[in-house]
Amino acid sequence: MTANLHLWLIPALPLIGAASNGLMGRRSSRRAVSFIALVFCGGAFAWALYVASRFSSLTLPHAETLGPWIRVGGFSADFAFYLDPLSLIMLLVVTGVGFLIHIYSIGYMWEEGGYYRFFSYLNLFMFFMLTLVLADNYLLLFIGWEGVGLASYLLIGFWFTKDSAASAGKKAFIVNRIGDFGFLIGLFLLIKHFGSLNFDRVFPPVAQMKAETAGAGWVTAIGLLLMVGAAGKSAQLPLYVWLPDAMEGPTPVSALIHAATMVTAGVYMVARSHVIYERAPEALTLVAIVGVLTALFAATIGVAQTDIKKVLAYSTISQLGYMFLGCGVAAFSAGIFHLMTHAFFKGLLFLAAGSVIHALGGEQDMRRMGGLRHHIPWTFWTMTVATLAIAGIPPLAGFFSKDEILWRAYQASWIYWLIGVSTAFLTSFYMFRLLFLTFFGEYRGAVAAGPEHGRGHGLHDAPGHGGHGHIHESPTVMLLPLVILAILSLAGGWVGIPGSLGGGNRFDKFLAPVFDTTAIAQNREHAVPGEQVPPESEGPATETGRGTELMFTGVSVAAAALGLLLAWLLYLRNPELPQKIADALGGFYGAVLNKYYVDELYAVLFVKPLVDGSARILWQAMDQGVIDRTINDGADGARHLSDNVRHMQSGNLRSYAGWVAAGAAVVIAYMVWTGLR
Amino acid sequence: MSGLPQTADYVRILPELVLSIFGIVVMLLEPLFDERRSQRTLGSIALIGSLVAIMASVFQAQNPGFAFWNMVRVDGFSVFFHVLVTTIAAVVILTSYEYMSVQRIRAGEYYGLILFGTVGMCLMSSAVELVLIFIALEISSISTYILAGFRRREAASSEASLKYFLLGSFATAFFLYGVALMFGATGSTNIDKISPALEQSTVPPLAYLAVALMFVGLGFKVASAPFHIWTPDVYEGAPAPIVGFMSTAPKAAAFAVLLRILFEANAPGRFWLIWFSAVLSMCLGNLGALVQTNVKRLLAYSSIAHAGYLLVAFAAAPEVGVSAAMFYTAAYAAMNVGAFAVISHFANAGEKYVTLDDYAGLGRRSPVLAATLTIFLLSLIGIPATGGFFAKFYVFSAALKADLVGLTIIGVINSAVAAYYYLRIIVVMYMRESREEIPVRGIPLGLGTALVVSLAATIYLGVLPGRVLDYALASANQLMQTPASAAAATVNPGR
Repeated sequence: MTANLHLWLIPALPLIGAASNGLMGRRSSRRAVSFIALVFCGGAFAWALYVASRFSSLTLPHAETLGPWIRVGGFSADFAFYLDPLSLIMLLVVTGVGFLIHIYSIGYMWEEGGYYRFFSYLNLFMFFMLTLVLADNYLLLFIGWEGVGLASYLLIGFWFTKDSAASAGKKAFIVNRIGDFGFLIGLFLLIKHFGSLNFDRVFPPVAQMKAETAGAGWVTAIGLLLMVGAAGKSAQLPLYVWLPDAMEGPTPVSALIHAATMVTAGVYMVARSHVIYERAPEALTLVAIVGVLTALFAATIGVAQTDIKKVLAYSTISQLGYMFLGCGVAAFSAGIFHLMTHAFFKGLLFLAAGSVIHALGGEQDMRRMGGLRHHIPWTFWTMTVATLAIAGIPPLAGFFSKDEILWRAYQASWIYWLIGVSTAFLTSFYMFRLLFLTFFGEYRGAVAAGPEHGRGHGLHDAPGHGGHGHIHESPTVMLLPLVILAILSLAGGWVGIPGSLGGGNRFDKFLAPVFDTTAIAQNREHAVPGEQVPPESEGPATETGRGTELMFTGVSVAAAALGLLLAWLLYLRNPELPQKIADALGGFYGAVLNKYYVDELYAVLFVKPLVDGSARILWQAMDQGVIDRTINDGADGARHLSDNVRHMQSGNLRSYAGWVAAGAAVVIAYMVWTGLR
Repeated sequence: MSGLPQTADYVRILPELVLSIFGIVVMLLEPLFDERRSQRTLGSIALIGSLVAIMASVFQAQNPGFAFWNMVRVDGFSVFFHVLVTTIAAVVILTSYEYMSVQRIRAGEYYGLILFGTVGMCLMSSAVELVLIFIALEISSISTYILAGFRRREAASSEASLKYFLLGSFATAFFLYGVALMFGATGSTNIDKISPALEQSTVPPLAYLAVALMFVGLGFKVASAPFHIWTPDVYEGAPAPIVGFMSTAPKAAAFAVLLRILFEANAPGRFWLIWFSAVLSMCLGNLGALVQTNVKRLLAYSSIAHAGYLLVAFAAAPEVGVSAAMFYTAAYAAMNVGAFAVISHFANAGEKYVTLDDYAGLGRRSPVLAATLTIFLLSLIGIPATGGFFAKFYVFSAALKADLVGLTIIGVINSAVAAYYYLRIIVVMYMRESREEIPVRGIPLGLGTALVVSLAATIYLGVLPGRVLDYALASANQLMQTPASAAAATVNPGR
């Protein structure tokens, strides 16, 4: 038995915060609400830091059981928490970034109605997310998984009086149900074959198995089904459609839930289930293919978007694709590494975008921005750092994590690498496009024209943001998280500098106990012939391998620089050129601008048949024709019988005694008959 | 089998001793206080008594075994019911503070009788000697007969008391006759001696008759059909907190006795008896409840139905059935005591407001209590995240394990029917405007504590049922141990 770290405190603290704000927040002042939200969220962060400080003294994996939960037959699931390097990293990212975004939200949401509601939901989200990350069995993980979905639904629809927000919330919820359906069936299969959902009872037997090469076995099936769940939660093809709409929620929510933490839950789950995937190479290949296609697909859409948050949303989908690509080529630690750096820079990008929106009184269309760098310098500089980081410019965080994924992808197949690098180029292009359109050139908006025009601009994002009237820098409480995240985006990648660049890739080594135990050699077989590929990327590289790796690094940096250059050419040098190109491309541009009409396609293929089918068959035929009739007739019958029962109850003592005697007579007669038989 | 009782003997009836002493203290102090002060003081003494008794029960658990020449058996099973029954008593006492002063009922013997009744119920759960069980049953019953008539100014209450007493005595006679026949059939009245006699290949026909008669007596106590007939009238007339008490504590104790007689003694021919009684109880209880407009009466029918669900567990195999039944009694106690605590608060002076119409609009005017009652009602329906859900779940899964598909289907259909009348109360509270307004008072400390305890228990059992179920499973196994090995394990040295 190792030390008891009271891991349960980490999710429990935000839950207390959520409950107190939810129950009492309505009557409390905003100050009190913010205080409670911050204290409990910060408490979770502090406790996570304490756990991290004690981490080296633990025997891993460290499990703590809070109490039994479900015991049915041979199946059991407990309230138990599981700590290993993977969950520790998730823990620190979620609590740390979460805490910063809580701070930011105080400034951003200050003038909103439902302030207490917002923080209650936000704390509730933290509770579920931390449960998900710490769970020691799939069932508890699933509780967290569904819980973050709930919190996400509540927060997307935070301005529920707005139609678009309410339906965006519903869309997110329903699309996630599709993914969860797959996930659940995967879990049922796990129960069927192992009788358990506990990690430590599922993984060892799987690890003993040989990899399924035929691809027909049930381990592959489980892997595929879990991937369906992950694709729903992490917005991968073909279930990504909810995430862009989710931008209807307040911007801090987009930063926390739809960029930094919740959407990465799918990546976490795949990484957590790596033992299963390593035994199911086909499923793993699917993860890689879905990831790389999503990365490219979403990046192309991102190029044409004009809404600042939509660009970031597609960028998030694309980056999540990278993470899946990493996991899919069995470079799980690279995927998690990118998850972490992405949490820093994408969280920062959203918060900075929120700051821009805040400054402009709710404006989100980049075509009505421009030249803002002098008005909101803090926002500009922090956003620049984040853009450089996501574009993969060394030595910022995104460079190391993306490069690691691309290098490992290349080892698996050059096609992955090619698509990945093209995506990197597109990423760099659309991110600098965003930066240039927003902060450079001439101001094209209306807000500064006069205070009276400023009012009523709160159509897009926060309704309450219309009242400011002029472009203004955000308050310190919002800038502080920006600065901290900027530092993290700048330096956060240095923990994972690969061997080829003279670093030791400490991140990979830290996670090695989780992933290394069962690592398979498969990927190395795909390596380019004639080259000695190092057994692990952080291992002592031979000169040729190192040279190759450096060359690939150079190519991806060049792709990023090319993207920057192109964006500069198109949006700063010749601002009228993009329109011409768009006109020249005609239909293709229209398709990209309209997100390849995927939403419309889904509407025709799935939504409409479902709606019609449920209206005709389920509602009119089944519900009204069968169920209602049965219920009504049943109820009439029951009422009739009930009256008869009531008449037994005359109130007359003698008749009561008679009933008892009669009952006794029947019982005695029956028993005597059985006894004598 | 002779000699003086030793310390261990007294320890094994420690909760009963504690309760009796506190009960006597309450009775002795009663004349010293005027009416206004008596409420708090005597109630508090009784409360302390029951809390000490809970501690004594827990303490007892460390030292299981037989006492008083194998008449009392302390095991996990008896400790479970001791703790359950004394906790119910404590919560009901807390509920009664406010109720009694609002109703202007002089308190003294009231609290004393609750404690004495609890003595009987505790003893019922640990006695393994049929004669002792009979005595315990009478201690418990007589206290509840009197308690049912405590609203002395109301004719309905006196009527309830009298009916309960007459019919109860009638039923007890059956039980006593059954004990006598059992002695005739097996030559013993000790359950541990009866059980080997009944396990032989040829069971004397007389034993069947004995089981039938005992079943009639106990069936009356647990209000299972066809012996349920007294329930609605008595519950309607009795004081509301007492209804909360007698619909749970004596029932739990009687179920404990039934479990011991049917399973520990391995009663013959029980299956179809239980089967029909369960089906009849569920159907009659739920059908009767559908048209009720008096909330107390409605819950009386509901308690008949719940006795039916519980009997389903009895029809299942002993290993899972016993633990499912134990879990059910605990969950039912939590939610029903809680529901009656709210009802006693709303009832007001003279129990004026107990019909469904009176509850209209309470959701708005008394949001906390209405929400609390809603949770208890949802638990009674068996909605997940409440104790009622897992209670039903375990009972029905135990039945399914024993291949009782028909019984399970009847049970599930009945639960669906039951949802109607529980939901009706919720609907009335939240969706109908009030005509005559119940005076809404603040929630006093005692009632608040009682509600918090029952709410916490209801939700705890609904979210973390594992620990309680594990305990129930373990003590069920203990109960099913062959008496010989159990006795061997607990032979008292020095005898």
